[in-house]
Amino acid sequence: MRVPLWKIAHARSGDKADRADIGLFAWDAPTYAVLKREVTPERVAAHFRDQCEGPVELWPLDNILALKIVLNRALQGGAARSLRMDNLGKVVAAQLLRMEIEAPADLPRLQSR
Amino acid sequence: MKSVRIGAGLGFYGDSWHPVRASIERGGVRYIASDHLSELTLAILQKDRQKDPSAGYARDGLPMLAELWPLAAKHGVKFILNAGGLNPQGAREAIARAFRDKGWKATIATVSGDSALERLDELRAAGEPLAHMDTGAGIDTVRDRMLFANAYLGAQPIVRALEQGADIVLTGRVADAALSLAPLVFELGWRWDDWDKLALGLTVGHLLECSGQGSGGNFGSAAEWAEIPDYAHLGYPIAEVGADATALLTKAPGTGGRVSFDTLRQQLLYEVHNPHAYVSPDVVLDMGTIKFDDQGGDRVRLTRASGAPRPPKLKIVGGYHDGWMGTGIIGFSWPQAYAKCEKAAQTISTLVAERGWPVEDTNVEYIGYNSLLGANADPTYRDQLNECFLRMTIRTQERKVADAYGRLFPWLGLSGPPYVGSMKGVQGAQELLGIWPTLVARELMESKVQVAVEKV
Repeated sequence: MRVPLWKIAHARSGDKADRADIGLFAWDAPTYAVLKREVTPERVAAHFRDQCEGPVELWPLDNILALKIVLNRALQGGAARSLRMDNLGKVVAAQLLRMEIEAPADLPRLQSR
Repeated sequence: MKSVRIGAGLGFYGDSWHPVRASIERGGVRYIASDHLSELTLAILQKDRQKDPSAGYARDGLPMLAELWPLAAKHGVKFILNAGGLNPQGAREAIARAFRDKGWKATIATVSGDSALERLDELRAAGEPLAHMDTGAGIDTVRDRMLFANAYLGAQPIVRALEQGADIVLTGRVADAALSLAPLVFELGWRWDDWDKLALGLTVGHLLECSGQGSGGNFGSAAEWAEIPDYAHLGYPIAEVGADATALLTKAPGTGGRVSFDTLRQQLLYEVHNPHAYVSPDVVLDMGTIKFDDQGGDRVRLTRASGAPRPPKLKIVGGYHDGWMGTGIIGFSWPQAYAKCEKAAQTISTLVAERGWPVEDTNVEYIGYNSLLGANADPTYRDQLNECFLRMTIRTQERKVADAYGRLFPWLGLSGPPYVGSMKGVQGAQELLGIWPTLVARELMESKVQVAVEKV
């Protein structure tokens, strides 16, 4: 089934120079396995196609059930030259949580809520 | 086994120091590590210094110490803060003067020598191209517009200050986490080539450097943010670190916020690029082996950080003038709030085009609809909004144009679409800054670093 990430994960984002970076965290191990499979750099790049001009990098961290995602050239050159309201990229994580992925209906988070 | 407790101070220039009181009073901390400098704060301080050569330091260091020092002295707590900004000596003089007036005693040290702005030509002559780290662009394109350029120093000079008996260490630019790593090395006697221990210390510093973000603030989540207790009294994070390079993350009893596996791992990855090579001046951290053990009750054990040898180069971050931003905001209520914002945007764009203003970029956002979520905003209710604000910003090289841009908007109140709000004055031109990250051989900077100590 199609599931938006906000139902099964949490996330925080920030900025460094012209990069927006996101930590995406599964609440549990079965969900982490799904995130690792379904949240690919290509899909993230497509989700941010209107604001990310560079490549998307992604590192899985099994030890903390997390994906580290970096959007290159995503802040109009950097926070202090950006014209956007979200010049610091702090809402980029919320944008990611709106992305939908294919996930099994029996994930723990989809049962408990 | 020996251990030491470090508490988070500020997380940015302008952050609140009130939560630090609880960490000192009942958190058992020996040190407060306070970060006043975000990536571009030095640009603000540079403007201060241009107006007044004795300024150029973060102005919240002194009021923080003025309020907390009597309590800190009573509990034997030392402060390490990068509030020296571009002028650590100036910060020390201001603090020393205030302490003398109050009859307080302290040994205050400064760490300086991080500025590269006045040395750019010398550094290039020494073989450093100073090209942009990400784009590879040459520095000549921005050289004459550079407002500041400072190297991120490591923990070593701070340790030298502590060895000389400093109670308060004022630095300029240092790696944020070095503010915590330094007292750990000093107290626990770690060697500068014990990479795994340094990596644990760096991890601790990184978890503390954003104040409340390490203890439940800004907890990015769909609904769980509402379960964070008592934001009004949120306690800043505290780390108790053992000589064996294990740590306990917690916060002062009776404070709000939450220290848990979830809040800590959000901070662990915050503003990190490659998590397997998190580079600092003192060690390169691999976050891939770190283990968090959540014991409940706002207590989390941290173990197994892995370190690799420190890099041969230090990072410099410079900021350069990059034009001006003009801003206009106007709000409309139902009916057709969004449509009226759109019409206003078109009208403004027509006026700008007719005036022939040299505008390089225009950004149009609808506050209440997509100003934060951008293209990922959900359009379902766009045409039924109760109210909507138009925010338009431009980039231009002409300061006058940026100033004049905001003045176009009030006219819409009488001559544009109906039911308008937010006529609260006009925002003037704001300077835009480009960022210039680059690398420099560490010995070229470290040979000029100075540690000075003054007894007050």
